[in-house]
Amino acid sequence: MANKIPRVPVREQDPAIRATNFEEVCYGYNLEEAQLEASRCLDCKNPRCVGACPVGLQIPRFIAALHEGNIRQAASIIAEDSSLPSICGRVCPQESQCEGACILGIKGEPVAIGKIERFIGDWKLEHSDEVATTPTPSNGRRVAVVGSGPSGLACASDLAKWGYEVTVFEALHKLGGVLVYGIPEFRLPKERIVAREISEVEKLGVKFEKDVIVGRTVTVDSLLDEEGFDAVFIGSGAGLPRFMGIEGENLNGVVSANEFLTRANLMHAYDTEYDTPIYVGKRVVVVGGGNVAMDAVRTAKRLGAEAVIVYRRSEQELPARVEEVHHAKEEGIEFKMLTNPVAVLGNEQGWVTGIRCVEMELGEPDESGRRSPIVKEGSEFEVDCDVVIMALGTSPNPLIASTTEGLETSRRGCITASEEGQTSREGVFAGGDAVTGAATVILAMGAGRKAAKTIDQYLKQKE
Amino acid sequence: MFTILEKRLLAENIFLMKVEAPRVAHAALPGQFVIVRADAVGERIPLTIADFDTTEGSVTIVIQTLGVSTKKICELEVGEQLADFAGPLGRPSEFVHEPIEELRKRRYIFIGGGVGTAPVYPQVKWLKEQGVEVDVIIGAKNRDMLIYTEEMERVALHLYITTDDGSAGSKGLVTAKLEELIAAGNHYDECVAIGPMIMMKFVALTTKKYSLKTTVSLNALMVDGTGMCGACRVTVAGKTRFTCVEGPEFDAHEVDFDEAMRRQGMYRNLEQRALAIRKEREEGHKCRIGLDK
Repeated sequence: MANKIPRVPVREQDPAIRATNFEEVCYGYNLEEAQLEASRCLDCKNPRCVGACPVGLQIPRFIAALHEGNIRQAASIIAEDSSLPSICGRVCPQESQCEGACILGIKGEPVAIGKIERFIGDWKLEHSDEVATTPTPSNGRRVAVVGSGPSGLACASDLAKWGYEVTVFEALHKLGGVLVYGIPEFRLPKERIVAREISEVEKLGVKFEKDVIVGRTVTVDSLLDEEGFDAVFIGSGAGLPRFMGIEGENLNGVVSANEFLTRANLMHAYDTEYDTPIYVGKRVVVVGGGNVAMDAVRTAKRLGAEAVIVYRRSEQELPARVEEVHHAKEEGIEFKMLTNPVAVLGNEQGWVTGIRCVEMELGEPDESGRRSPIVKEGSEFEVDCDVVIMALGTSPNPLIASTTEGLETSRRGCITASEEGQTSREGVFAGGDAVTGAATVILAMGAGRKAAKTIDQYLKQKE
Repeated sequence: MFTILEKRLLAENIFLMKVEAPRVAHAALPGQFVIVRADAVGERIPLTIADFDTTEGSVTIVIQTLGVSTKKICELEVGEQLADFAGPLGRPSEFVHEPIEELRKRRYIFIGGGVGTAPVYPQVKWLKEQGVEVDVIIGAKNRDMLIYTEEMERVALHLYITTDDGSAGSKGLVTAKLEELIAAGNHYDECVAIGPMIMMKFVALTTKKYSLKTTVSLNALMVDGTGMCGACRVTVAGKTRFTCVEGPEFDAHEVDFDEAMRRQGMYRNLEQRALAIRKEREEGHKCRIGLDK
């Protein structure tokens, strides 16, 4: 019976209107919709969704609780494994995780697990005042957390709950890491969601210090030796934007997606009340196919430009979430697939006028399992544009590794850490993008929580 | 935090500000910079450190008002606070990692141009404290635009001043003074030049003739200043480098100055526009056709 109900559609802002504003695209479910969608869950004996979740959320359990009307219980079930449901419900790639494994998806549509999680998370934030959160009495041990992104927040909140005195050091002037500088407002509201999640962490007694760049203002060693911290968790995130190394890449008008998004998100460049400028031009080409590329191209569109995605593989291989690609198309983004830039073209004054591209075709699968793109001979063509945004991923930021004696890094420059978050240095732990390279919010959050457990064990053993 | 402890007008539109920033002061070394934000809606502005005092926990910056953001910073008074003051950023000058004995054998010539004279000061001061005597050339448009002459007098072995109009020191450019010094038989092993990009370019061209090793400090555009955005990329020896984490100091003979100057101007139109809008708003003009959006 249950699976006869079609997946409950989620209400969204009209594409033509939302392509001109920064309000959230998806309105999410209300209680009625969420419960109706919850009724579709088959409550499988061997829930494949749980196994497909990077942090093993007890999905059928919280869905059942919601279905029975116990929203608070549903929220506590999620809290056992995740500290950021409102965020993960919005930004997780559900189609390749929980929803991708849902048995209903074989013949029809999977349960909208992400939207249900989001509903429960938002409900919890809205009702957070009803439950008084008081800091756990201190156990006298101090832990420093580097970075206030998903891994840092998750690690800090668990440790605080167990009685550790935690200080989070943030390099920027705003808390949240990639949640504030990277992911745009229209996908993840900053005040309504991110700031509230952070204030929940603050209520646990976690202290935050902004404008502190670990590796410059202080070092991991000075935190341990001079400031009296017993352990340090490094959750410093991804790092330096990659460029292609093609001709014309330093012309005026070529920016990294990180720069473009930081100007728009962190610095509010789209709001005239803020001082930071952003150069948008008339026609923007975004190179790349991941979530960051989608965020950049949709931001450019919202700022009034004609916006195009250029990606070297085919649509099937786009690493972005399916929902983002779908939303981008609805908003009128042009997709040029199997296209790769070979040079950025400019005028005499050094400003971008276009890009020269080649057509690609797909060959044999490479080590990532995706079919590797091969250049079609003689297929060069030019695309007019005045801004080029490179969304090609990042390489690790060297600031911490290069200033911390004995901290091992991988060949690629990422900090080496075990599954449990232990680095090569005693008392120093790490997790999230700083270890794995650019990945997802949920993986970073999971790594932060695992490291918190490891830190707890380490400090208890030391006693 | 980040309270302004002292503020002085050094020359027209050039202000000195001493800011309470104990963490930055404790970690700062010559050659590094800070990111400053005036208020909650302000831009992140990179400024090279002009002095720091570990005991007092203060850091000094020198700012020239150019656009809305630098103006905002300069409008704050003693006792008021900056929203953010993050640093020290960038790599310290190379010489701070070298053996003092080596440094003492070396002859340095420092060149400061305009507001760029201020960040030369902590370098010369640091070397002086290590017992390394250096010569300094300061260049400015005219007598009124000269800054840091008294401070520099105290730490430099010889101080030479040049002005475009000859109203102070000798008339002419810093490069002419440098060539004059070399022609007079002064031998230098290393030159450090900080100032407008165009000055650094011509210093580099001059010293190249004498195969004189030269270091410049690039004031590239930045957003975060921590290696995240890539706005500050410059071409050095044919390779793209990030000024914020790999600089700000580079080998002057390898820097593509023309590209660096062009890239500095990327937001100039937008900034001038913002300044014009602000001026009109201050004068009570309200745009009714939405041109200020």
